[in-house]
Amino acid sequence: MNLKIKVWRQKNAKAKGGFETYDIKDVSPDSSFLEMLDILNEQLINEGKEPVAFDHDCREGICGMCSLFINGRAHGPDDDVTTCQLHMRKFKDGETVTIEPWRSGAFPVIKDLVVDRNAFEKIMHSGGFVSVNTGGVPDGNAILIPKEDADEAMDAAACIGCGACVATCKNSSAMLFVAAKVSQFAKLPQGKPEAARRARNMVAKMDELGFGGCTNTGACEAECPKGISISHIARLNREYLKAKIKE
Amino acid sequence: MTKLNSNIPGGPIKDKWTNHKANINVVSPANKRKLDIIIVGTGLAGASAASSLAELGYNVKLFCIQDSPRRAHSIAAQGGINAAKNYQNDNDSVYRLFYDTVKGGDYRAREANVYRLAEVSGSIIDQCVAQGVPFARDYGGLLDNRSFGGVLVSRTFYARGQTGQQLLLGAYSALNRQIGKGSVKMYNRHEMLDVVTIDGKARGIITRNLVTGEIERHGAHAVVIGSGGYGNVFFLSTNAMNSNTSAAWQIYKKGAMFANPCFTQIHPTCIPVHGEQQSKLTLMSESLRNDGRIWVPKKMEDVEKLRKKEIRPADIKEEDRDYYLERRYPAYGNLVPRDVASRAAKERCDAGFGVNETGKAVFLDFATAINRLGKDVIEARYGNLFQMYEKITDDNPYETPMQIYPAIHYTMGGTWVDYNLMTTVPGLYSIGEANFSDHGGNRLGASALMQGLADGYFVLPYTIGDYLSNEIQTPKIDTERPEFKEAEEAVKQKITKLINNNGKKSVDSIHKELGKIMWDHVGMARNEAGLKEAIDQIQELKKDFWTNVVVPGTSDEFNQELEKAIRLADFIELGDLMARDALNRSESCGGHFREESCTPDGEAQRKDDEFAYVSVWEHKGEKEEPALHKEELKFEEVELKQRSYK
Ligand SMILES: Cc1cc2nc3c(=O)[nH]c(=O)nc-3n(C[C@H](O)[C@H](O)[C@H](O)COP(=O)(O)OP(=O)(O)OC[C@H]3O[C@@H](n4cnc5c(N)ncnc54)[C@H](O)[C@@H]3O)c2cc1C
Ligand code: SF4
Ligand code: FES
Repeated sequence: MNLKIKVWRQKNAKAKGGFETYDIKDVSPDSSFLEMLDILNEQLINEGKEPVAFDHDCREGICGMCSLFINGRAHGPDDDVTTCQLHMRKFKDGETVTIEPWRSGAFPVIKDLVVDRNAFEKIMHSGGFVSVNTGGVPDGNAILIPKEDADEAMDAAACIGCGACVATCKNSSAMLFVAAKVSQFAKLPQGKPEAARRARNMVAKMDELGFGGCTNTGACEAECPKGISISHIARLNREYLKAKIKE
Repeated sequence: MTKLNSNIPGGPIKDKWTNHKANINVVSPANKRKLDIIIVGTGLAGASAASSLAELGYNVKLFCIQDSPRRAHSIAAQGGINAAKNYQNDNDSVYRLFYDTVKGGDYRAREANVYRLAEVSGSIIDQCVAQGVPFARDYGGLLDNRSFGGVLVSRTFYARGQTGQQLLLGAYSALNRQIGKGSVKMYNRHEMLDVVTIDGKARGIITRNLVTGEIERHGAHAVVIGSGGYGNVFFLSTNAMNSNTSAAWQIYKKGAMFANPCFTQIHPTCIPVHGEQQSKLTLMSESLRNDGRIWVPKKMEDVEKLRKKEIRPADIKEEDRDYYLERRYPAYGNLVPRDVASRAAKERCDAGFGVNETGKAVFLDFATAINRLGKDVIEARYGNLFQMYEKITDDNPYETPMQIYPAIHYTMGGTWVDYNLMTTVPGLYSIGEANFSDHGGNRLGASALMQGLADGYFVLPYTIGDYLSNEIQTPKIDTERPEFKEAEEAVKQKITKLINNNGKKSVDSIHKELGKIMWDHVGMARNEAGLKEAIDQIQELKKDFWTNVVVPGTSDEFNQELEKAIRLADFIELGDLMARDALNRSESCGGHFREESCTPDGEAQRKDDEFAYVSVWEHKGEKEEPALHKEELKFEEVELKQRSYK
């Protein structure tokens, strides 16, 4: 297939970016979206131009490295997939495909389509853990966990930290990302003792870093490639309230 | 001739680790605070080591290429992690896990290391549970297990199809706690480009800040490499795109010897290559072979019609199908180990029976299982994998068989380490897939995750203390020393050369050429003539790379082509060493199949009299050939047998 690729180019964090449009030919519909970008880059290099920078690694939908806003949607037009799992057969021959980086004040652009998601890291440092050291822990089967709880914790733990929720939210809120972690641990006996404290610390960090508040639009859930449910936000709110009451 | 000392403790195998721990030195808490440790890599191995060492009180500096430690390649592991818990009461034990691993590795691993791995395996599960890893549970609330290829017990723990993700997020959470406390200093988007040695000891590294391009010096009392495997030397593999060998290769050039480079694992069930535009390969979990049957047509005319899409697989009559694994290996059938299944698929495709346009695919068919168990059962077992397959190929595996083909997946070879996980350079350690230690010629499923976490949580934190106890008088490492300046200068020169080269060939195009040489000659089947040809071709390719590669942009900015070029330069040199190692080892063993060494019916033939050793290669300089050292393997517990799956 032949396509027009309209892509955001920005030399570095300080530069003013803008769109460039390129023609690209003979893309196999079986190629993945990132393979299409590989082809574009090969073409640019052969023409003596600079290739488009974009983040990626596993290309299997699990590392959370790839991002991209494609035709106005985080991770593009397919449901429940990351950009690396999106295939060109989802596009029409001759179509113009618009590609932008995540747009959020908390995720500044590094170059072209690459953004800095360090704010997510800082939220995790503030409480995304159970306080145990290596060694001296009980036998794995000494802690009984009902299957339903383990399954629900796993649903929440499936978050890949991609940032699509933030990029999609009109408030740039990181609530779904934070809720996924808080909820995973709150569902498990191991995480219960510090559940309230964790919620308070992570939410405080999120606010401090300039993410917006949650107004329950549900956009994040709709675009999350891992189907993280906004019901986790309700659980986060409960834990957060508990922490506030204790104060 | 050999300067290798594996430092295996004496005594009966079951007491070695306990005695060793009792005998090695420890560092006092006050002194730990004065000692710095650099760790390269945040996969299961690096992340678990970093958090554990920081908890003990050391100052840790941790480096990774990605924008977060959570994105290390370990995140992609699907199937599970082994541990000898015997929760299923099926007579599993430390000894049985040890035995299975030595046998599965085709008798080319060090017994003492493997025994220790089995011994600490149970603690890994306990640790992960305590961190909040949501392992699968049964209705009574206890941990669930599944079976994996090549063994007779059920000892694999799992978290849906995302075990690697959940284990890594567990280690990452422990790490976050330490980063928050300031005991680990994290350097995301930083790539190690060289190691610095002073008076023969590892004292630091040179890195490139991938965002700004700045070249930095970092000093420490010990350096740990946990940079993963080198499967991407083949260009196409199941490894993540940024997985690379550069850290392991640069330490090789500074004196850390490299062991068994030719031992690579080819996984039988991956989605076939769709064409020239392919960038990487996707694994379909090994567990599919529990219910899927593998076949190709018996008749060439059916193959041709399939390729022209004149018939569908279902149109081929039962008697016209060749279930070749069931035919050749009636005892194990579709559940033969990975290497055997891979070679059998290649044999059929080479004979012309490949079922897709490229001739490089066989069927993995669930029709029999769906008839027997019902679609619901199959969906509950493999639903997410079927969905993933359909997203990629646009074929529905409930209705038509999957197409699969073998792909490069894992590398058993790696930096040589002694029992303490120390390389041949004092103060330099290697952990996880980056070292060669525990899997011999072939790794069993679900054992890589186990090894990475064993190294990081339960082995290195003890053994590194023994070394560091002699370093408590050493002040902070001064990075103004000439050794640091020289190393930095060399790195800068290499980068300048690449940037100014202005050739015509892109990095990827050269990488694809390397991949083709490797796959054709150092892939699933190898022979003397092919390997010699590979060595010649790689020499040519190396020249071609340094004359014709083009790296757009500059060195002092975010530049992914430059990153790839630096890594490819190392892959090319490693490819050469792999071919040399494969040429030297004229036996068939595990993942290494030499066509000259097989039984009359085409099965792999080991030669224990000649090759019961670890091949350990020493770098002798750019113009010299590498030197081969041998670590003899002594088998005191396990009797050597030819593997048979008939
Ligand atoms: C698709 C797939 C499925 C798998 N499934 C299983 C399974 O079910 N069970 C199992 O046991 N095993 C499985 N494996 C194997 C297993 O995942 C790996 O062997 C293991 O995760 C390797 O962990 P590691 O910590 O050694 O390295 P990695 O996870 O590869 O981490 C390497 C780290 O090093 C960093 N790094 C590399 N080079 C540099 C450098 N120069 N400078 C700075 N940082 C650097 C990277 O950023 C990264 O953080 C699977 C592998 C694949 C490909
Ligand atoms: S909640 Fe979903 S969209 Fe947000 S970071 Fe996690 S996986 Fe991505
Ligand atoms: S590249 Fe890993 S999720 Fe897309």
